[in-house]
Amino acid sequence: MNARWATLLILAAVIAVIPWFFPSGYYFRVAALVWVTALGAVGLQVLMGQAGQVSLGHAGFVGIGAYAMALGPKYLGLPVLACLPLGAVLAGLIAFLVGRPILRLKGHYLAVATLGFGILVALVLVSEIAITGGPDGIRIPRPEIFGWRPRGGEAWYWINGAALLIGVWLALNIQHSPSGRALAALHDSEVAARTIGIDVARHKLRAFVIAAVYGAVAGGLMAMMNGFVTPDAAGFLQSVEYVTMVVIGGLASVPGAVVGAAALVLLPQALTVFHEYEHAVLGLLIMLFMIFLRVGIVPGLATLLRRRPA
Amino acid sequence: MPELLQFLVSGLTIGAVYALVALGFTLIHNASDVVNFAQGEFVMLGGMVTVFATAAGIPLPLAALLAIAVAVLVGLALHRLAIEPARGASAVTLIIITIGASIFLRGVAQIVFDKRFHQLPGFSGNDPIMVLGAAILPQSFWVLGGALIVFCGLFLFLERTLMGKAVLATAANRLAARLVGVDTSFVLALSFGLSAAIGALAGILITPITLTSFDVGTLLALKGFAAAMLGGMGSPLGAVVGGLVLGLLEALGAGYVSSAYKDAVAFLVILAVLFSMPQGLFGHRSVERV
Repeated sequence: MNARWATLLILAAVIAVIPWFFPSGYYFRVAALVWVTALGAVGLQVLMGQAGQVSLGHAGFVGIGAYAMALGPKYLGLPVLACLPLGAVLAGLIAFLVGRPILRLKGHYLAVATLGFGILVALVLVSEIAITGGPDGIRIPRPEIFGWRPRGGEAWYWINGAALLIGVWLALNIQHSPSGRALAALHDSEVAARTIGIDVARHKLRAFVIAAVYGAVAGGLMAMMNGFVTPDAAGFLQSVEYVTMVVIGGLASVPGAVVGAAALVLLPQALTVFHEYEHAVLGLLIMLFMIFLRVGIVPGLATLLRRRPA
Repeated sequence: MPELLQFLVSGLTIGAVYALVALGFTLIHNASDVVNFAQGEFVMLGGMVTVFATAAGIPLPLAALLAIAVAVLVGLALHRLAIEPARGASAVTLIIITIGASIFLRGVAQIVFDKRFHQLPGFSGNDPIMVLGAAILPQSFWVLGGALIVFCGLFLFLERTLMGKAVLATAANRLAARLVGVDTSFVLALSFGLSAAIGALAGILITPITLTSFDVGTLLALKGFAAAMLGGMGSPLGAVVGGLVLGLLEALGAGYVSSAYKDAVAFLVILAVLFSMPQGLFGHRSVERV
């Protein structure tokens, strides 16, 4: 059994087993939020970890996916569920259009361009009050799957868990496909990748579109789960959180993105006890993690485990 | 015409603040390749410490000095405790560390101070001065004058003093600078202290106009970063020009297009500039070595 299937099996086992330990329904909600956030983070991992391209505007695509769930039924009369693929296609299309010029940029310039894109999306959502409901947000109609209406944390726990499993499976497959190897090559050196015949621009663009589609699907699921969405979903801080998740978990690792997402969703929940000190402690923890566990949680632990038996 | 003048002055005023923040970014980036997203927090510290010190009865000039001193201490601590231990980490890791630092500083500020908005009285009163039909706050002159002094002072320091040349040498090539005897770790600490002081000064000068609170830093850091990029990262002149251009664009966009989309105008222009000039206005073409 190779590492890819082992990762999937572990994730499936975790999703299947932890509900046994939930003392209340509240835990289902939090865990459901972890899974769906992780789905968005896994998409960003393909772009940042595999292709090595920074994006400070990932939440922009999450926002596009989330608002598709509200605007599709309202203006096009579509069933909510049909808007999930619609939002994904829309986000992918936008990523395809803006990706080509944006991805020509490198390093900090790429960071500021993606940042600008994310802020523009958030601004449109805040300002077009007549369409999007403005800063107050907008309601999402309840979805219906073949007559079943998912309600409450438990239903969404399983839906999001399944979505994450599929997302991780696809991301792992991308990583080990010829396309994934091309991404790894251009991550190391674009010039070297080009000399061995890799179409660098096309592969970067593909990773960007993949990340956008992941983000939009995650945003759509999150919006349906909450029954509500505000422009904060597309905000800069949200984008920063996604980047932090990917980096803290371990840039090079797909399951790392899941672990990072879990850390960043669960920490604030745990810190509500300290209420006043929440931000200070969160900032401190992020700094400590990055200083002392630079490669990220998952690769860091893997190295530790490998060293132990020797 | 008075309308245009009004927009120009308010654009230059806010642009001067962006330019100061962008200068801070540039100084630290040149010395260490770190993009310091906690730069906005220095601006916040400058404003907040001055507000609370004057409220405690300390006269304004002394309170301002105190605020700058606090910001410099925080800047040095940031370098010593967070950046230095992570030396050699990747650029993204360092960015996350500074983002963590900015969340941390914001969290501490909301405990030490509070979560409300605060204002300082204008240094020379709040009565607008009429110039060619445009009403200009006297504080605008303070901001522009203060920024001008910082720009000139920094230029003289970098071009005319030995220490300044050491800073430039470190920016150009760290290893070569160390070989000719420049104490690069001192230059690094100096850059953090200096950019903290510049940020704090910007915060003190702008607070009478825009108010301050524990979370003003985020947006200022974004705009300052964008301004530094617009000018071309690494060029102090580019940072100043980028900041002023950004401020003017915002004010004109808010005045003539839509105030809801004033941030959009700025970022659209930045995207356009980067698409046509991927290295910013004053940046250098770089060649990747394989």
